[in-house]
Amino acid sequence: MRAKLLSPKAFQIYGLALLVVLMVVAASQPWWARRYTEQWTTEFLYTLALAQAWNLLAGYGGLLSVGQQAFIGVGAYMVVALGLLAGWNPFLTIPVAGLVCVVLAIPMAALLFRLKGANFAVGTWVAAEVLRLLVSNIDAVNGGSGISITPTLIGMPIWWRMSETLWIALALGVGGMAMVYGLLRTRLGLALTAVRDSEPAAASLGVSVSRMKWAVYLVAALWAGMTGALIFITKLRVAPDAAFSIDWMTTTFFVTVIGGIGTVEGPLIGTAVFFALRALLADYGSWYLIALGLVAIIFMLFIPQGIAGVLKTLTGSNLFPTQRHAPKVAS
Amino acid sequence: MADWINTILQGILTGGLYALLAAGLSLAFGVMRVINIAHGDFAVLAGFIAIALNQWLGLTPVESLLVAMPLMAALGYVLQRFVLNRALGNDVMRPLMITFGFSIIIQNLLLQGFSADSRSLYAGSFSTASFQFGGQIAAGYLPLTMMLSAVVILAGLQQIFSRTMLGRAFRAASDDPEIVRLMGVDNRHVYGIAMGLALAMVAVAGVFLVMQTTVAPTDGPVHLLYAFESVIIGGLGSLWGTLLGGVILGVAQALGDKFDPGIGTLVGHLTFLFVLAVKPNGLFPKTKDR
Amino acid sequence: MSLLHTDHLQAFYGDFQALYGITLTVEEGETVALIGANGAGKSTFLKALTGLVKHGGGAVHFAGESIGRLQAHQILARGIALVPEGRRLFPSLSVEENLLMGGYAKRPGPWTVKRVYALFPALEPHAKRPGTALSGGQQQMVAIGRALMSNPRLLLCDELSLGLAPIIIRDIYAALPAIKQEGTSVMVVEQDTSQALKVSDRVYCFQEGRVSLTGRPADLTRAQIAQAYFGV
Ligand SMILES: Nc1ncnc2c1ncn2[C@@H]1O[C@H](COP(=O)(O)OP(=O)(O)OP(=O)(O)O)[C@@H](O)[C@H]1O
Ligand SMILES: [Mg+2]
Repeated sequence: MRAKLLSPKAFQIYGLALLVVLMVVAASQPWWARRYTEQWTTEFLYTLALAQAWNLLAGYGGLLSVGQQAFIGVGAYMVVALGLLAGWNPFLTIPVAGLVCVVLAIPMAALLFRLKGANFAVGTWVAAEVLRLLVSNIDAVNGGSGISITPTLIGMPIWWRMSETLWIALALGVGGMAMVYGLLRTRLGLALTAVRDSEPAAASLGVSVSRMKWAVYLVAALWAGMTGALIFITKLRVAPDAAFSIDWMTTTFFVTVIGGIGTVEGPLIGTAVFFALRALLADYGSWYLIALGLVAIIFMLFIPQGIAGVLKTLTGSNLFPTQRHAPKVAS
Repeated sequence: MADWINTILQGILTGGLYALLAAGLSLAFGVMRVINIAHGDFAVLAGFIAIALNQWLGLTPVESLLVAMPLMAALGYVLQRFVLNRALGNDVMRPLMITFGFSIIIQNLLLQGFSADSRSLYAGSFSTASFQFGGQIAAGYLPLTMMLSAVVILAGLQQIFSRTMLGRAFRAASDDPEIVRLMGVDNRHVYGIAMGLALAMVAVAGVFLVMQTTVAPTDGPVHLLYAFESVIIGGLGSLWGTLLGGVILGVAQALGDKFDPGIGTLVGHLTFLFVLAVKPNGLFPKTKDR
Repeated sequence: MSLLHTDHLQAFYGDFQALYGITLTVEEGETVALIGANGAGKSTFLKALTGLVKHGGGAVHFAGESIGRLQAHQILARGIALVPEGRRLFPSLSVEENLLMGGYAKRPGPWTVKRVYALFPALEPHAKRPGTALSGGQQQMVAIGRALMSNPRLLLCDELSLGLAPIIIRDIYAALPAIKQEGTSVMVVEQDTSQALKVSDRVYCFQEGRVSLTGRPADLTRAQIAQAYFGV
């Protein structure tokens, strides 16, 4: 056994304290920070929310989706449908967007669960493409050229709009972490762990594998849908190519894989690394993306357990212990 | 009437291209159980290599293909042997994410080298001339060549699989990657060969692709999806099923576009989902998914 | 010089140690049996010899060469073949193709598909059927034939009798003399102790990853074996 840098208890206490401080810093930004900082924080938090939803899906549920942009896009278009066309307050559309995604996820899951493993992954991508192409053909939302949602925000003071956006992003990001953590401490969480470690073994223990997968898929759809709605409220303009873009998944994968898939704190760490790298390298355009691709490959080859996994070996514990092992590394 | 027949014929022949793309995907999946997310990007890469050889070195399209094929095969071997082999195992996530990384890298390298413009490979009258069947029905030389190449290559692959020691090693490695090593098979090498073969086929598809239409550096994913859909429609692991899957997809797209230009791709995807709904194991189920 | 000599061979599955230093020899032309309770480490030992499980210490010498660090396919090329526990035929290959796969390495020697059929005449009528469509006993014959096709100097057999009727087991063991006639040394792992004692020149008994007893069958008493087996 290697000597631990920090005792598990100390690691958890320091970690949680740091997290609480960061949350307070984030939530109070409307009163002290510059707009640019606030926007940055919002983006950080919604990236975290997306990563957390995918982490639940892929890291715990074993459902390797490459198509969560389906729900991001549908969420975004709910802002258009309900906010712009029906005249709702755009922030009220967020929960409804989530629910619509859950409803939509039901037939999608029924179809896509026929595909296993990597085939499921590509299947989810096809489904997202179908939704993108369908939306591109709806004239009421300007088809493929997209539509501005600025009219929904007219009359709303900018301070209030930005604050509300930030707080909802905080609720989705940190709430996403809390949701995953909470879920894993329930019986469902134990079942999930069992399913991911060995599906046949879990099934023989009486865990309903298919019910687990359904639950995880729907929760992830809910989260991605709400987050998608929020993201496009900040962007002010919704177009199918942007809303249903695979780029959302690229970021999500990077963040989750680098941070540590199948851990609660992994996506948070990964998001921090991602934003740091972006700040450093974004000026390099294509080379920046090439670097991201290389870093992701290197992690998958040599550090598949991610930074959270490395921290775990150094401290002997996760920040959020959930009785789950790091992803298995086969030969 | 002749109009519709032409549309369907064109769709069928496009199916040859999809089958070529799909066969490589299917081969890699069959042997290594890896879905190469960058599959379409490799096709685009091969197409751009051919364009570069044609424009910079003045090679003819056929010569470009003859250079691109071994290059892509070598690339496939190296990537499998020295990268993907390290991530084989029960966890499908690692190879999937690694090939996703390949996809991003290839797209951005192409953007860097060729800008975001769409390009094509000019093959002279061969690209446009067609073979007339009675007055109104016509099939382009290029699509006919694509279909013919697909049939020949699939037949060759079929022979390799059923007749040769290498083919048996592919199947055995797919069945039981541990025991196959006890036969004296260096499975890392065999996997490398499988990926090399897959990318050689992809190279053919990619060069045809840039001869047939204009292609942008970021067009890879859409071709991955077409290849994937052909494989699933046909039934995993069935080579001739894959050809039929490609044809069905090609016809669906052609009919969709004929109905309303621009919805062909959507109709193709919907056809795939429909087959998934009614025949989840494809039309010609063969190997079990592990 | 012995054909095979292992020196304090150890093996691990992650943190779990399955073999605690196995020292053992097989002479040219000899038949050696490994016996021991479930989980004693017999299969692990065979997997360590053939390169399927990485060594965690110790050495393996085969025909004067250290093979401890070689890959599975290189070890096969040196002349060690394994009939794995549970047969493990390739389901998508026919019986004949399974046999041909065994000859992948093209080691020179007497064994051909024809000779395997001559050894196990029950197989020939099924040549074109999938290997896994056969009865358990026939599958075991294919598995043995497949291993022989590499013309091994040392044939390792893991629980040939597993799940088979006594009469079938007898048929399968009846093939042993013909195999040995080609100069092949044999190491059999058996749960069935009396079977093991009957066919072998020497016996090693494994217990919890260690050799607990070794000797010639004639020199060992039942009590000794029971003691070595169960550690009571
Ligand atoms: N793949 C594996 N991973 C982890 N532990 C293993 C693995 N295979 C075997 N073991 C463990 O190693 C020990 C030795 O197992 P092994 O299969 O070698 O025993 P054996 O003597 O062949 O038993 P049997 O007679 O049941 O075949 C056992 O405790 C077993 O649980
Ligand atoms: Mg055993």
